[in-house]
Amino acid sequence: MSNHANRTGKAGGLYARRPDIFPRAVDGFYRRLKWAVMAATLAVYYVTPWIRWDRGPYAPNQAVLVDLANRRFYFFAIEIWPHEFYYVAGLLVMAGIGLFLLTATVGRAWCGYACPQTVWTDLFLHIERMIDGDRNAQMRLRNAPLSVTKVAKRVSKHSAWLAVGVLTGGAWIFYFADAPTLLRAFVTGTAAPVAYSTVALLTATTYVFGGWMREQVCIYMCPWPRIQSAMLDERSLIVTYKDWRGEPRSHGIKRTEGVPTGDCIDCNACVQVCPTGIDIRNGPQLACITCALCIDACDDMMARIGRPRGLIDYATFEDCEEERKGAPPVPIRRTILRSRTFLYFGGWAAIGIAMAIMLGARTRLDLSVGQERNPLYVQLSDGSVRNAYTVKVRNMETRPRPVRISIEGLPGALVWDSLSEESTAAQSLTLTVAPDQVERRRLYVRAPRTGPQPADFRFRVTALDPQGGGDDDAARFDRPETLR
Amino acid sequence: MSEQDKKQIDAATGVEVNAHEWDGIQELNTPLPRWWLWSFYACIVFALGYVVVYPAIPFRHSASAGTLGWTSRGELKKELASAEIARAATVKALADTPIEAIDPKSPLMRAAVEGGKAAFKVNCVQCHGSGAAGSKGYPNLNDDDWLWGGNLKEIHATLEHGIRQPGDDATRISQMPAFGRDQLLTAAQIQDVVSYVRLVSRQDPATASAQQGAKLFADNCAVCHGTDAKGNRTLGAPNLTDPIWLYGGDRASLTATVTNARAGVMPAWGQRLDPVTVKMLAAYVHSLGGGE
Repeated sequence: MSNHANRTGKAGGLYARRPDIFPRAVDGFYRRLKWAVMAATLAVYYVTPWIRWDRGPYAPNQAVLVDLANRRFYFFAIEIWPHEFYYVAGLLVMAGIGLFLLTATVGRAWCGYACPQTVWTDLFLHIERMIDGDRNAQMRLRNAPLSVTKVAKRVSKHSAWLAVGVLTGGAWIFYFADAPTLLRAFVTGTAAPVAYSTVALLTATTYVFGGWMREQVCIYMCPWPRIQSAMLDERSLIVTYKDWRGEPRSHGIKRTEGVPTGDCIDCNACVQVCPTGIDIRNGPQLACITCALCIDACDDMMARIGRPRGLIDYATFEDCEEERKGAPPVPIRRTILRSRTFLYFGGWAAIGIAMAIMLGARTRLDLSVGQERNPLYVQLSDGSVRNAYTVKVRNMETRPRPVRISIEGLPGALVWDSLSEESTAAQSLTLTVAPDQVERRRLYVRAPRTGPQPADFRFRVTALDPQGGGDDDAARFDRPETLR
Repeated sequence: MSEQDKKQIDAATGVEVNAHEWDGIQELNTPLPRWWLWSFYACIVFALGYVVVYPAIPFRHSASAGTLGWTSRGELKKELASAEIARAATVKALADTPIEAIDPKSPLMRAAVEGGKAAFKVNCVQCHGSGAAGSKGYPNLNDDDWLWGGNLKEIHATLEHGIRQPGDDATRISQMPAFGRDQLLTAAQIQDVVSYVRLVSRQDPATASAQQGAKLFADNCAVCHGTDAKGNRTLGAPNLTDPIWLYGGDRASLTATVTNARAGVMPAWGQRLDPVTVKMLAAYVHSLGGGE
């Protein structure tokens, strides 16, 4: 019977050929929603790297830039250093919880509307329709013998797909380098080999995944359909066929004949428009990405035969059962407000707020001190003792900053750095840290021979510019155990 | 058994059921998609191509060369060559600049210190230790006590010509007499000299022995170590008043030193390393904190 057998091809054999799917064009509310989401996501993808953002002379002026060579991430006003990568981890956790929230609330809306695989497949299908025509024309063309027209159509279709692939891969690389410079270099053939290989790779994957693999990516490769069955419950919105209203189907039966019939006229419109080639009337299934095009197709048909819309509709399993017993249809917004979605939203928002607070409070001047342990201390000729420290001052602002490094809690201690003479030893030293750089210095601290062993003290860095601020770090001073 | 030989079709799906059964649950014999098969073939083709193009098959004494001629050693050679080009300007600047003329805060000095650090790990740690802290008989290069001078130029000269290194005319030589072995002083006199040295280095209080030692010191030792026992760098004579000792400041070590003298040797690195490396080593040693 079933669609499943159709999906896997002829029973038996080790390998199944992909059944050809020719989704028919459809119009309606969800189709227009899909167009809108596609336009928005593609616009974000293509436009983002071209937004400029003035950061002054010491940092790139691209709003969103993943600068792998210098290990800096720029995201509008936010600059992330490698040691702050937990912000990216936080975003990934938010994306994960966001996906849970979306799925628990509106089902697989991510899959049906926003997933790149869906967006690009949809784009590829549209290109195919523009060249080959709609479903019936495509099927006729497939069965037609080889002719000039067929070859011309095939060549232009695959060329168009490849062009989309090049544009897709081409846009990706601009996130990793200054976009106008890279575009010029790319066109003139002087860009880095990695730019060309990235574009080539993404062109190939876009062409293969969007043109050839399509729904097979969702069905065989993507892990989310397996996980989402655990995320859905009886209060999640899914695309459902109301069998109590549709069955028995009335194909070829005149309603006047007195045979009991449902609203489904078995026109197969819902199957023909499905981009994954399934029959939603078989119930919820893994291959359904809830793009809701079948709803558009069915509503259109119901309008034509003068029946109410919603034979196939977004509904929760619970509401469906209520409706079966005679309750009126439930508005969609009701499923959004419930404890589970509040819980997900709470977790999602908590991480977001925590990250925002951390971003606002983070210091842009950072000090870390490591003691040299080889040797732990050095006896000096005047009887005093010297310890050495490797001090790193991070200036995360995009301008040079003068800073003072001082010592707190070590009586009689003097400090100087390995670039200067010992005669410059003083209670503190000043230096200028280059913009967006880590200044690494070897510092020497000299202190009297007597004192606690070991002595705990602190290094402090203080910004000397009007903005001020600073940081401190613990250190210890070692002395010989016995007098020599 | 015979039931399992027959093809069973699952009624609900129309798909063949295979012979596996666990607790009454049977597995559908769902075929793999064809693209999976082709991906598998593509992997095989890729692997075959890889074996042909890159070195892959191990023979008894070597491996297949691969048509590209690629080797990891060749890759290393290329990277070393490009690193050599990248540091060429720095090396040239170091070769052209006298060591004492390099600005201590310049990037060139920083590069020299880093290069010296690497060269030290290869050539110097065997005697001076990985932290340059030395040990008995091998000077601690971190402290501020220098036998032959601790400015860049002097450190460089010591490194280049070595200490008591035969075959280098400019090598640094200090000759302390073996006062005991050569019977210049008696054993009792040596003890008096040791007492005096312990006094000037503030390790022992004044005694009658030290008082006698003072006269012996003035007659025998002050020529090199100075009347105030503070040493003489042109002769490589150590300062005896500070708490830093190359061979130990305790009675036994001092007695052994005065009796037999000391004559440590350091290679003349100018004979073994290129001039730029010797300069970098001097810069690194100077940066260790005791440099003058």
